[in-house]
Amino acid sequence: MKIKLKIWRQENATAKGKFVKYQLDDVSPDSSFLEMLDELNQDLIQKDDDPVVFDHDCREGICGTCGLYINGRAHGPQKGSATCQLHMRSFKDGDTITVEPWRAKAFPVIKDLMVDRSAFDRIMVSGGYISINAGSAPEANNMPVRKENADMAFDAATCIGCGACVAACPNASAMLFVGAKISHLALLPQGQPEAEERVLEMVNQMDLEGFGNCSNNYSCEAECPKEISVGNIARMNAQFFGAKLKSGKK
Amino acid sequence: MTKLDAKIPEGPLAKKWTRFRNTCKLVNPANKRKLDIIVVGTGLGGASAAASLAELGYNVKVFCYQDSPRRAHSIAAQGGINATKNYPNDGDSIYRLFYDTIKGGDYRSREANVYRLAEVSSNIIDQAVAQGVPFAREYGGLLDNRSFGGAQVSRTFYAKGQTGQQLLLGAYGSLNRQVHQGKVKVYARRDMLDIVLHQGKARGIITRNLITGEIERHTAHAVVLATGGYGNVYFLSTYAMGANGSPAWKAYKKGAYFANPAFVQIHPTCMPVKGEHQSKLTLMSESLRNDGRIWVPKKKEDAEKLRKGEISPNDLGEEERDYYLERRYPAFGNLVPRDVASRAAKERCDNGFGVGTGQAVYLDFRDAINRMGKEAVEAKYGNLFEIYKKINDENPYEVPMKIFPATHYTMGGLWVDYHLQTTVPGLFAVGEVNFSDHGANRLGASALMQGLADGYFVLPYTLSNYLSDELHTPRLTTKEKEFDEVEEQINERLEKLMNIKGSQTVDAIHKRLGHIMWDHVGMSRTKESLEEALKMLPELRKEFWNDVKIPGHQHGVNPELMKAGWVADFLELGELIARDALQREESCGGHFRQEYQTEEGEALRRDDEYSFVGAWEYKGDDQKPEMHKEDIVYEVTERKTRSYK
Ligand SMILES: Cc1cc2nc3c(=O)[nH]c(=O)nc-3n(C[C@H](O)[C@H](O)[C@H](O)COP(=O)(O)OP(=O)(O)OC[C@H]3O[C@@H](n4cnc5c(N)ncnc54)[C@H](O)[C@@H]3O)c2cc1C
Ligand code: FES
Repeated sequence: MKIKLKIWRQENATAKGKFVKYQLDDVSPDSSFLEMLDELNQDLIQKDDDPVVFDHDCREGICGTCGLYINGRAHGPQKGSATCQLHMRSFKDGDTITVEPWRAKAFPVIKDLMVDRSAFDRIMVSGGYISINAGSAPEANNMPVRKENADMAFDAATCIGCGACVAACPNASAMLFVGAKISHLALLPQGQPEAEERVLEMVNQMDLEGFGNCSNNYSCEAECPKEISVGNIARMNAQFFGAKLKSGKK
Repeated sequence: MTKLDAKIPEGPLAKKWTRFRNTCKLVNPANKRKLDIIVVGTGLGGASAAASLAELGYNVKVFCYQDSPRRAHSIAAQGGINATKNYPNDGDSIYRLFYDTIKGGDYRSREANVYRLAEVSSNIIDQAVAQGVPFAREYGGLLDNRSFGGAQVSRTFYAKGQTGQQLLLGAYGSLNRQVHQGKVKVYARRDMLDIVLHQGKARGIITRNLITGEIERHTAHAVVLATGGYGNVYFLSTYAMGANGSPAWKAYKKGAYFANPAFVQIHPTCMPVKGEHQSKLTLMSESLRNDGRIWVPKKKEDAEKLRKGEISPNDLGEEERDYYLERRYPAFGNLVPRDVASRAAKERCDNGFGVGTGQAVYLDFRDAINRMGKEAVEAKYGNLFEIYKKINDENPYEVPMKIFPATHYTMGGLWVDYHLQTTVPGLFAVGEVNFSDHGANRLGASALMQGLADGYFVLPYTLSNYLSDELHTPRLTTKEKEFDEVEEQINERLEKLMNIKGSQTVDAIHKRLGHIMWDHVGMSRTKESLEEALKMLPELRKEFWNDVKIPGHQHGVNPELMKAGWVADFLELGELIARDALQREESCGGHFRQEYQTEEGEALRRDDEYSFVGAWEYKGDDQKPEMHKEDIVYEVTERKTRSYK
C-alpha cells in the first residue's frame, strides 16, 4: 500500500519543531506501524537524511517504551493496544498519517518523537512500593487474598507506564497512571501498612512534576493500551482524602 | 588446558548452600557504607541484585539502556515462575525441581548450582507476594499453580500471561525504595561500552549517555553484569529489539571466559515469520501447550491445499490430523521440553507437512473449548489470544493458531563459579547473561526463577564474601590511567564507525547475520554448515567494517550508532557460537548436530566425551580463542537418556 506521512521533527528540547512530509510506496499491510517507520528510516539513511527518532523496545505491547500520537490519538486508532501492536492493515491505501510525540509539559521532547518520561519514575520512587527487604518475607500463603481483590489489583498493575493517559488528556493529567499504581497496592493486604503515606507522597510528587488536574474527561481510559479503568482514579481520590484527614495535614 | 575452579563447597549436595552461608565472610554494616557496587542491567537479575545489595548497606549504581529500569526485557516474560512450594500436594519437592532442571538441561549443568536454585525458589514466591505481586489465586484466596513443559507436577506461579511484568514491577519497587533512601542511583539511557580493570580486578565501567552522547566513567569495588541474553544475534527472535550481547562480549575481551555459547534455545510456540519487513517474532506462551494440541495434516496433499488456502484446517477431520507430539511422545505429549518440540516442528515442515508459508504448524484449541467451554479458555488464555488476533488478524477461538519455533533464550553466557563470579576478579554475572543453571536447555518458567534467585538470595552472600577482602581497597578516582586508556579505545572505535560512511545500513547487515546464523547455526547443525558459517561470518564482519552506513553524529541522540556497536559485537559472537557448536560433536538440549542422532531421530548425547562446560578464552582479535573445560561431575544424579516417551 501507499502511505503518506506527516511526522513531527524536532532537533532537541529547546529547538522549534515542525511537520515534515514523507511518502512510502510499498508498505505491506502485515507490517506493524513501527516496522513501517523502520522502512522509512532505512530509506532516509540511504538518502543521507536524518532518520526519525522514536522510542521502542519489546514491540509486543508490554514494556511501555513506544508511544506515538497517531492521527490525533495516543497509540493510534486501535483500541486496547500500544503503538507497536498497531498494524498497517488498520489504514487504507493512500492514507495520510500524522505522527506526533506525546505532548505534555511534564514530558519534554528529547528529539523528534522521543520524550522524557522520567517524571513517572520519580513518582514511583516517592512511594510506589511496599517496604520489604529480601529474605524477610513471611510464607506466601499465610495471608489469603480475596480472589476478586487479587484480580482487581492485577488489572490495575497491568499498567505499562507508557504515558498515553497523559498524552490523551486535555489537561495532561497523570491521574490514571498514579491511580492505577495506588490501587494495585491499596487493594492488597500487603499494601495496607504504608497506604496513607504512599498516596500522600505520590500525589504530592505528581503535582510537583507539573501534571494537570483531572476534569473527568475520561479520554485516558479510552486511549489506555491496557484499558485501565478510571475507577482507579476514584479509588485514589478516596484514599487521598481519607489519608489527608487522618494526617491532619492541609 | 587449565582447570576451572567452580569453588563448589564441600559436603553433601543438600548441605552445600547452608554450609556456604554459614562459613562465608561477612562485611559489617559500617564497612558496607564504604563500598560501591555497579550493577549493569535492571531486569529481574539486575533489579533484584541492586535492591538487595542496597538493603544490605552498599552504595549501588545501576544502569540500563531503556528510559526507565522498569522496561527491561524481563517485563515481557509471560508464562510463569517455578517454585517448589508443593501447594497442589502433587509430590513436588526441592529434589524434584532440581532433578527436572538437570534432566531438562540434558545433563549439562552443575549439580550444586541447580540444587541451590531449587532450594531458594520457594523464598522467591514469598518475597514477590510480600512486594505486592498479584499472582493468580484460587477462590479460597490462596495461590494458584499451573504446569509447564518438562514437568509432571504443577509448580508454576503466574499472573495471567504477564508474570514477568508483575515480578519486574515488584523488583522495580524494591529498587525504587532504595533510590528513595539514597542507596541506589539509577543511570537510565546509558549504553555500557566497556569494563575497566585496575590491578587485575573489575573496578569500573564506561558508558555512553544515549541522549547527550557523552562518554562517562564510573568506579566501584565490584561490577555486576545483569545484561540478559544474546539471542538477537539471530536478528529475528522473541527478545526486545534492544537486547544485545555487548556487555558480555566486552567482559569476554577483558578476560572473562564465555561458556557454552552454542547452547541457544529455540522456542516452539512463536508466531511464524511473514516477510522481510519483520523486526521481531512474538512468543505465544508455552502455557498454551497445557490445553492446545499441536498438529499438521497427515497427508502432504492436504498440507499443500492448506498452504494455497484451498481448504481450512477445520475441514480436516480427526483422522486426517497428525498430532505428532502426542504420537511420538505419549507420556509427555504436547508438554515435551522446548528443544524436543521445536525440532519435531522443524522435522514435519522440512518434510513438506508445514502449513501457512510452509514454516508453521497448528496449535489448536478446538478440543479444549469443547471440553472446558469457551469462557474457561478465555479466562486462562484470553490475553494471549488477543495478542495473536492483533498480529495475525485471525481468531484463534475459531481457527487454530499457526506457530513456529524462534530464538528465545541463551543458556550459554559468561562462565561463573558457584559465587557467580566470572574469571575476572570482582566481575560477577547474574541472570540470563551467565551460563550457570540451565545446561543445554532451559525449562519453561525457570529463567525468572534463576534471575531472582541470583539477585535476591545468592549474590548478596557471595558478593559480600568477595568484598570482605576489599575493605582496605580505597575508592578509585576516574582519573586513573586505566580509564584514560579504555576511553581512548572507545573513542577510536566510535570515530572509526562514524567514518566508514559506507552503503549498507546497520539493520541490513544485522539481517544478513541473522540469516547466516539461522540457516547454518540454528536448530539443526552439521559440520559442513558450521564450517560454512565460520567462512561467511568473518567476511560479513569485514564488509561491516568497510561498508556500514551510520547517519548523524557521535554526539547527541543516535540510535543507529548504538545499534552499530551492538551488531559489531554480534558479528564476533556469532563466530564463537559456530566454533563452539562445531567443537561439540554430540547432540544435547538445544544443540542438535545432525550427525549425532538415534535411529528414531532423537538427540544422541555423548557423555563419555562431552560431559563438560566449554569455556572460551579470548586470545586477541586475530587469534583463535582457547577452550577450557570444566568437567561436569554428578554425585547424586544418575545420567539417563532423556526420554519423554
Ligand atoms: C517473550 C518472552 C517470554 C518469556 N517468558 C518467560 C517465562 O514465562 N518464564 C521464565 O522463567 N522466563 C521467561 N522468559 C525468559 C526471561 O524473561 C529472561 O531470561 C529473563 O527475564 C532475563 O532477565 P535478566 O535480568 O537476566 O535480563 P533482562 O531482563 O534481559 O535485562 C537486561 C538488562 O540489561 C540492560 N542492558 C543490556 N545491554 C546493556 C548495555 N549495552 N548497556 C546498558 N545496559 C544494558 C538492559 O537495559 C536491561 O535492564 C521469557 C523471555 C521472552 C523473550
Ligand atoms: S515497544 Fe514495548 S510496548 Fe511498544
